[in-house]
Amino acid sequence: MDIFLLEAVVDGLLLGGVLALLALGLNLIFGVIDVVWICYVELVMCGMYTVYWLYAYYGVPFPLACLAAIAVVAVLGLAVHRLIIEPVLGYAPINQLLATGGLLFFLQSFATLLFGTDFRNIGIRLSPIELGEIDVSKARLVAFAVALIGAGGLYLFLKKSFLGTAIRAIAEDREVMGLMGVSQRGIYLTTSAIGGGLAGLAACLLVLQYDVQPFIGNSFGPITFMICVLGGLGNMIGGFAAAFIMAQIISIGGYYFSIEFSYVLAFLLFIVMIFVRPQGIFSR
Amino acid sequence: MTAAARLGGAAGLIALVIVPFVASQYVLHIAIQILIWGFTYTAWSLMGRFGLTSFGHGAFLGIGAYVPALLWNFYGVTPWLGIPVAMAAAVVMALLIGYPSFRLRVVGHYFALVTLALSQVVLLSLVAGREVTGGSLGMTIKVVHSWYALQFGQKSVFYGVALVVWLVGLVIWWRIDVGIGRVALEAISEDEIAAASSGINVMREKLRVTVISAALTALGGSLLTQYIQYVNPEVVSGVAVSLQIVFAAIAGGMGTLLGPTVGALFTIVLNESLRVLFGTHFIGAANTIYGILLILFIIFMPQGIVGLIEGMSARAARGADEAADAAATR
Repeated sequence: MDIFLLEAVVDGLLLGGVLALLALGLNLIFGVIDVVWICYVELVMCGMYTVYWLYAYYGVPFPLACLAAIAVVAVLGLAVHRLIIEPVLGYAPINQLLATGGLLFFLQSFATLLFGTDFRNIGIRLSPIELGEIDVSKARLVAFAVALIGAGGLYLFLKKSFLGTAIRAIAEDREVMGLMGVSQRGIYLTTSAIGGGLAGLAACLLVLQYDVQPFIGNSFGPITFMICVLGGLGNMIGGFAAAFIMAQIISIGGYYFSIEFSYVLAFLLFIVMIFVRPQGIFSR
Repeated sequence: MTAAARLGGAAGLIALVIVPFVASQYVLHIAIQILIWGFTYTAWSLMGRFGLTSFGHGAFLGIGAYVPALLWNFYGVTPWLGIPVAMAAAVVMALLIGYPSFRLRVVGHYFALVTLALSQVVLLSLVAGREVTGGSLGMTIKVVHSWYALQFGQKSVFYGVALVVWLVGLVIWWRIDVGIGRVALEAISEDEIAAASSGINVMREKLRVTVISAALTALGGSLLTQYIQYVNPEVVSGVAVSLQIVFAAIAGGMGTLLGPTVGALFTIVLNESLRVLFGTHFIGAANTIYGILLILFIIFMPQGIVGLIEGMSARAARGADEAADAAATR
C-alpha cells in the first residue's frame, strides 16, 4: 500500500478517537433527555479556554488545569439543563434545539468579546512517534486512548452502577419510571453534568491538537451531530463506530481529493444514510 | 381583513414608497437589507410555520447568491437569466431532500439535522471550489451599473426592486395562508396520519411549500449579492446563516404575515445600534446580547413579537367586549 495512504488511514483512525470522544457526551444527553445540545462543541470550547488560561497564563500544572476544565464544563452542562432546557422541556422538540442554538450564538460571541478572535496555542507540542515509515501524532494517540477509556468507563457506569441503570431506565420509558419513584429531574441533571464533564474531557485532549478560538465549534459541531444520529440515538457503540467510519471518509477523502470535499462526502453519506436507515446504522 | 387593517396596510405602503425620497443613504442601506432579509425570512416561514423546521436554508441562499454571480463573472450571463437558473437549482435540491424526508417521515430534529447537513454540503463545496468561487475569501462581482446587470449606482433604485420583491413574497405567503393548502398543512403538522386518512395528500402539500420556500430563498440570496456585489460562503451559507434565518423568523413570529419581516427589522436594527453603541472595541458584544435575547425569546415568547402583540390586542379586544357586555346587562 502507498505509504501516504497508510498514513491517511492511521490518521483517520486517530481522528476517529477525537470524534468519538466528542460524540460520547452528546450521545448520552441525546439518548437520555432526547434533546440535541446544538451548542455542545461550544461547551468544549469553554473547556479549552479554561485549560488555556489556567495552564498557559496562570501556570497551573496541566493535569490540574484539565481537572478544573472538566469540573467547569460539568457545571456549565448542569446550568444548560437547569436554565435553558428545563423551561422548554414541554415544548415541541425543535424549541429545545433552538434554545441551545441561542446559547451557541451567545457562547461564540461572548468568547469573542472576552478573548478576541486570536488563535491561541497552549504551547505543548508532543513529538510524533515514528512507526516504521510513518509518523503518528502522539497527541492524537493520547486522545484515541482516552476516548476508548472514556467510552468503556461510561459503558460500565451505565451497565453496572445503580445510577447508570436508572439513567437507562428513564431513557427507555419516561412516564413509567416517574411513577416508580425515580426522579426524572434528578436523572436529567445528573446526565447533563456527566455530558458536560465529557465535553470538558474532550476539551483537554483537543487543546493539545488544535488552537483555541471562539468559532472552533463551527468546524466540529455539525460532524459530531451527524455521528450521533448515524450511530443511532443514545447508542454508544453505534456512535463509536460511526465516528471511526466518518473519520476514515474524511481522512482518505482528504488524501484523494481535498479536505473540504471529503467533508462534503461525509455529509452526503449522512443524508443518504438517514433515508436508508433512519434508526441508525447499527440498530437491529 | 378588517377595514382598519386595510387602512393601516395602505398607509404603511405609502410610507415605504416615500422612504427613498426622504431617507439618508445610511437609512436606505439598512432598509434595503431589512427588505431582502425580511423576504428571505418570510420564505423560510412558509415551511417553518407548518412544523417543517429547516436548518438548511443556507444551502438555498448560497445557491441563489453564487449561481448568478458565477454565470455573470465567467460567462457574462445576465442575472435576469442567472437568477431563474439558481431558483431552479434550489428547487431541484429541495425536491431531492424533501421527497425522501417526507416519504420516510423524517421529522423534528432529524429533519433539522438532515437540512443542516445539506447546508454544510453547499458551504464546503463553495469553499472547496476555491479556484472558481474564491473559497473562503469570497468573490466580488464585476461591476456594470445597468438594468441588464441588475446593478444600480443609486441605492433608491435597488430599494424599489427590493420593495417589489418583498411585496411579492408577502402576497405568496398570503395566498398560501388563505388557500385550502393551509388548512391541510396545519392538519398535517398537528397529526400527519389523521390528515392523510381524511384525504389530504400530505406529500404534495409539503412538497409544494418546500419548493416555493427554496425558490424564494434562492431569490433572496441573489438579491443580496446583487446589492452588496460581493459574496462570501460564510455569509450566505452554512450553519451560522441557517440558524440566523430560523431565529429571526421565530423572533418576529412565524405564524403571521409580517412576523418574519419584523424579525429582520428587529435583528438588523438591534445589530446596527449595538454596533454604533459599542463600536469596534467590543467585537462580539452585539451578538452576545443577541444570543441572550434569542434564548429568552424561545423560552418566554415562542410565538414571536408579532404573535405577542396580536395576542395582547386580541385579549384587549375581548376585554373591551366583556366590559361592553357587562355595561349592557347592567
